[in-house]
Amino acid sequence: MGETVCEIRDLRKSFGQNHVLLGIDLELRSGEVTVLMGANGAGKSTLVKVLCGHHRMDGGHMTLAGAPYAPHDAAEAIARGVVTVHQSIDDGVIPDLDVATNLMLDRLTEPGAGLFVRDAKLRARAAEVARGMGLTVDVRRRVADLDIADRQMIAIARAMARAPKVLVLDEPTSSLSAAEAERLFSLIDRLRAQGVAILYISHRMSDIRRLADKIVCMRDGAISGVFAQAPLDYEAAVAAMLGHKMTEVDITPRRGNAPVLECAGLQLQPGRPPIDLTLRECEVVAVTGLLGSGKTRLAEIIYGLRRPAGGTMRLDGAPYAPRDARAAVAAGVFLSPKDRGANAVIPDFDIADNMTLPFLGAFSRLSLLSRARQRDTVGEMVDRIGVVCRSPRDGILTLSGGNQQKVMIGRWLIEPCRVLLLDEPFQGVDIGARRDIGRHIRDTAAGRATIVLVAEIDEAIEIADRIIVLNEGALAGEHVNENIDLGRLVAQVSGPAPMLATETTA
Amino acid sequence: MSSDRILNFAIRFGFLILLAGLVLYFSVFANGFASPRSAVFILQSVAITGILALGVTCTLVVDGFDLSIGSVATSALMLSAYAMVVLELSAGMAILMCLLMGAGVGLVNGLLIVKFKVPDLLATLGMMFLLIGLQRIPTQGNSIATGMALPDGSTAEGSFSPAFLWFGRERLDLVLENLLPVPVVVFLVIAVAIWVFLDFTRHGRLMYAIGSNQKAAALVGAPVSRNKIAAYMISGVMASIGGILLAARLGRGDIASGTNLLLDSVAAALIGFAVLGAARPNAFGTAIGALFVGILLQGLTMMNAPYYTQDFVKGAVLVIALVFTFYLSSRRGAGAG
Repeated sequence: MGETVCEIRDLRKSFGQNHVLLGIDLELRSGEVTVLMGANGAGKSTLVKVLCGHHRMDGGHMTLAGAPYAPHDAAEAIARGVVTVHQSIDDGVIPDLDVATNLMLDRLTEPGAGLFVRDAKLRARAAEVARGMGLTVDVRRRVADLDIADRQMIAIARAMARAPKVLVLDEPTSSLSAAEAERLFSLIDRLRAQGVAILYISHRMSDIRRLADKIVCMRDGAISGVFAQAPLDYEAAVAAMLGHKMTEVDITPRRGNAPVLECAGLQLQPGRPPIDLTLRECEVVAVTGLLGSGKTRLAEIIYGLRRPAGGTMRLDGAPYAPRDARAAVAAGVFLSPKDRGANAVIPDFDIADNMTLPFLGAFSRLSLLSRARQRDTVGEMVDRIGVVCRSPRDGILTLSGGNQQKVMIGRWLIEPCRVLLLDEPFQGVDIGARRDIGRHIRDTAAGRATIVLVAEIDEAIEIADRIIVLNEGALAGEHVNENIDLGRLVAQVSGPAPMLATETTA
Repeated sequence: MSSDRILNFAIRFGFLILLAGLVLYFSVFANGFASPRSAVFILQSVAITGILALGVTCTLVVDGFDLSIGSVATSALMLSAYAMVVLELSAGMAILMCLLMGAGVGLVNGLLIVKFKVPDLLATLGMMFLLIGLQRIPTQGNSIATGMALPDGSTAEGSFSPAFLWFGRERLDLVLENLLPVPVVVFLVIAVAIWVFLDFTRHGRLMYAIGSNQKAAALVGAPVSRNKIAAYMISGVMASIGGILLAARLGRGDIASGTNLLLDSVAAALIGFAVLGAARPNAFGTAIGALFVGILLQGLTMMNAPYYTQDFVKGAVLVIALVFTFYLSSRRGAGAG
């Protein structure tokens, strides 16, 4: 264990009457990964924002390397050696510039930097930084052309160019696949060995198991548990975060009734083996697989956003080939897309308008909207799925991530449908909200076929009657969710993909 | 906290209070400002700009922009004059042609933006130049009036019909005799119509959704392209109505008229962002924004401010309104988050 680099004592922060942090005590030691867990609204992001100089603290004090620390702004925090990599990757990089410029950007703004940029020198220094981090990208490539994991690494490498004492990572794996995350983890291992104190914020148990030296749990603006003794007690940590014990989800798989959606010889991409798939009424099917396995493509084909490379679909026995999203919705096929910030949330709208957006027609006569009817329906749905808000007329962005997601899913539960597609419904959602959403999806599953597309196997097991594994656009396995052979499932997810013209047996 | 509350109050009502203060100030210090005639005069001065501004508001709502409205209005001015004076068509025919032209230009703008993926500013800028040029070609760059010489050597025999001029010059009785000019009535009717459309109908709500997050709107099955094209068509039709009213007021196809229409109406729509702290395009705000500029100019004129200070005053109002909208709202956002 290293020495204490950053010490926080009795930190308090309020926004108006809303007391967000009620006296936080926290120590960050060099060469240690401290994982911060907390449900949405627990105050994690506020704590991070105080640390990185975005918010001023109202009370308490912080010390950094023995000296008092109270940054006025982000620049001061960075200058003092506290560097933060934020959740949305593109905050950390400039996509239109090349890797070298991104890595050296902070140097360009330093006082004393020359007027002209010498590219060759810049590249040489950038390449040095990249090597030090174990990065293998060509520094001349444009960041926008890199994949998400590389961009994330660049953001971290940029942060590391400052030789920080404290590195704060805010849910860095939320958009990474397992393989990409593993690259990130080895980078974090390297930084830990260099003696950096790392504060790692995450919901993902797999990340936490892999990285944590110490777990700190937050609930309702206070520390609710600190776990530092090996072996770490993960279950107790989750319990401290949620305030109640994590109950094992036990699902009795339902068989499903009549087939609703039948895919015959569906080819997700040219050159990939065809997929046969039948989705039945009342059943919840989880489709799992890594990033690039074709999950999202499958959803897009069913929702009419893409054409399959081959094969046909039938909905309730009739041929089904939607031209666009509109046609799919009209046929009773709904999709709640992933990345709600980009694909689902209307930031200017309140909860009620966001929730009723697809079905405004049902709330209007001669196109004139009835606010009363909107209010009734939304109020009822808000109660049913447990959205925490003051009123349905609150702006959507005032809600925490988990509550926003509940609104996005509630949107598609207003009207009955034949097929409900949920692409990564648990993305950026705390465990409490995840349970609520999962339970609600299962409770309402009668009368439709439900497809949930998730990358995490845990999430699939939590919600599905049946689990389908995709691997590079091919069907790699199918399991009824009862006494699943996890080893085999994981092998199907991560193993070599079935090839064209090979029999796929589950 | 109380400072938050003051900030919120300032964001919501600051601009309206400023407007009320302005009215009060001019009523006290400018002789004859506080009279129905003066009020109507203000309305008349902003009617045409206001109508164009309401059109541009619709394009702003779908996160677009229409730079061609000024030239659509002047094209309508020239087209109506050409139809009546040179082609000797009836007033109804002339108006119909203008409205169709406005809708057609809006359709082309929309298609350029939606189908050909030309950025909105560039597409409508191109259309603006195209129309400014086009409206001069039939008359070889001359204004249109009865008795003018035509390119083929003959003279134009037609004239503006009284029915057409009624739209620009007639004053209706309301309490006082000959009080309300027709353009003001048209402006008020259109303002209410656009306000109801944007704020209370399903289609208006979809347009706002598209403007706020186009991708999300498309993914719930909203017809994004159709709505965007519709917004540009509304904008084009509004601009042509403005042009018709201008022609009816002038009584001739004046080639040099309407040069200020674009900037004035865009300013009114942007000032509207600040009204009631909306921080987004809205019909009510746009109408208030147009009125604000009108009141300020009328008041200053009555206090003998020279005409050449007008643009400066408009610019100052616009800058203040934008500060209201963006600076104060961002402070509010930072305080809450």
